[in-house]
Amino acid sequence: MRKLNIVARLKRVKGFTILTHIIAWAVSLIWIIPFLGVVMASMRPYPEIVNGWWNFEVFNPTLDGFFRAWNFPNTPLSRAMLNSLIVTIPSTFIPILVAALGAYSFARFKFPTRDLLFLAIVLLQTIPQQMVIVPIYNMMARVGLWDNYIGLILVHSAFALPWQIFFLRNFFSTLPVEVEEAARIDGASHFKIFYKIVLPLTLPALASLTALQFVWVWNDFFFALVLIGSPEKKLAPQVIPMIRGRLFIDWQLVCAASVIVTIIPIAIYVVLQRYYVRGIVAGAVKG
Amino acid sequence: MSRRITPFLFLIPTFLLVTIFVLFPVVNTIYISFLNQEGEFIGLDNYAEIFSRKDFWNPQALLEGKTHSYGALIHNGIWVLIHLPLSLFFGLLLAVLLREVKGGAIIKSIIFLGMVIPLIVGGILLRFIYDDRAGILNGFLRVIGLESLARTWTAFPHTILLALILGSVWIWVGFSMIVYSAGLEGIPVELFEAAKIDGASRWRTFWRITVPMLRPATIVIVTMTTLWELKIFDIVWVIQRGGPGSASNVMALDMYMDAFFNIPPNFGTAAAIATILTILTFGVASYMVYQMVKS
Repeated sequence: MRKLNIVARLKRVKGFTILTHIIAWAVSLIWIIPFLGVVMASMRPYPEIVNGWWNFEVFNPTLDGFFRAWNFPNTPLSRAMLNSLIVTIPSTFIPILVAALGAYSFARFKFPTRDLLFLAIVLLQTIPQQMVIVPIYNMMARVGLWDNYIGLILVHSAFALPWQIFFLRNFFSTLPVEVEEAARIDGASHFKIFYKIVLPLTLPALASLTALQFVWVWNDFFFALVLIGSPEKKLAPQVIPMIRGRLFIDWQLVCAASVIVTIIPIAIYVVLQRYYVRGIVAGAVKG
Repeated sequence: MSRRITPFLFLIPTFLLVTIFVLFPVVNTIYISFLNQEGEFIGLDNYAEIFSRKDFWNPQALLEGKTHSYGALIHNGIWVLIHLPLSLFFGLLLAVLLREVKGGAIIKSIIFLGMVIPLIVGGILLRFIYDDRAGILNGFLRVIGLESLARTWTAFPHTILLALILGSVWIWVGFSMIVYSAGLEGIPVELFEAAKIDGASRWRTFWRITVPMLRPATIVIVTMTTLWELKIFDIVWVIQRGGPGSASNVMALDMYMDAFFNIPPNFGTAAAIATILTILTFGVASYMVYQMVKS
């Protein structure tokens, strides 16, 4: 009797495991197939995919779509990718430096209005881009920074500060203060302690911030849409709607362009995956 | 003396950037929302105007069912109502299942790609899935004999909104999945072992232990997801720019069109739409802060 029971239970457990595997793989396939579709479409001529990229009776892979997107007339991706790098690199490192200083102040000093200021910072994280764009556009037009990367970089930097300060202050709070106190007794200045002791310990958090901020700025569409106008200054994500056109969609070309633009964020994600995911989770869960 | 100003020295660069490019513009946008085109103060007239526009606020359409454009504000509301529960459900399902499945980590990394690709590319992906002839959704419908349903789902007023909302679940689920996964890792194993010894079923354990222990993760996902739904822009822009008609119009897009696309531009109504959007996001953010302070 007892033996039978165990056998029955074992069977049930096995059935359950098989069932979870089937559901998991089925659901996962739904998530994976569309990515595969775009990659397939990007390397096959339009007539081959027009009745489905999953048909392989005729299969002549070609890089033609990539070349055409790279050299697209008026807004070639070759230039747009370079433009994107020119904007993204400073927009990644400027705010991280500024936020590290600010977050250190919030984490290590007691000063009046500190908690109030920090609460304000937390709330500022949720301001939509649309809420600032009209005055920023007016401001940039007035000082001649419209259609200028400096303006765009400044806006990206400022907009990143609230969440980065929030993130870094939480990280600093987890670091032991004893070392810093010892250094202070030895007569080190606050700035010296900050860049000699605190920053090196903060490297994992800085890696998370770098990965996330780089990808977010690279992917951003709205700020660039409003603040950059000339075709030769357009950034990579801005070029995709232009390549898409209004009526007929050349899927080979559009998918190839999408793959090219997405390679950079995916490369960052692959190289810094641990930090990327940790950044998203820490920004979220600890909050 | 120097001791007292040091904390503020560290904050000077932050203070400058945030004041010039965030705080001042926010206050200025509120101010602009009370002005007309000539810069004269007109009170709440801009707000009255946007609520009289059918492409911003059209609750009658919901009741009559004749048109499929309910206005940007209601579209965002529908987005939250459908997208949020589905994101929570699929995020939790994938987090729980993939923990026990071989190769789960790799599948998770791929699903998470939705959070890595530019949303503009996300929009292109959705447009491709829904394409009449080249899209896999219609290919699937043809295989299972529902050929009559096959169409470009984003080209029709009565299907585009739902198509975009469901598609955006596909893009966003990586977020809820990863936060729930981290939440699951944080639950002490002893709890599950104790439940097992007490003879609790998997189902009961899930509802009595897993779900309550995931409450902090759920709060975070609810907040971040709602904010994302309210601010949605890129996907809608790249697929149909709010069309056909205004069937996929949303607040962020409506604001952009008013300020930078329509001729002549109308900064006043654009600022009013932005202000309404921000009031909504602040409501969500306050909920998060309240939950944070409570725990």
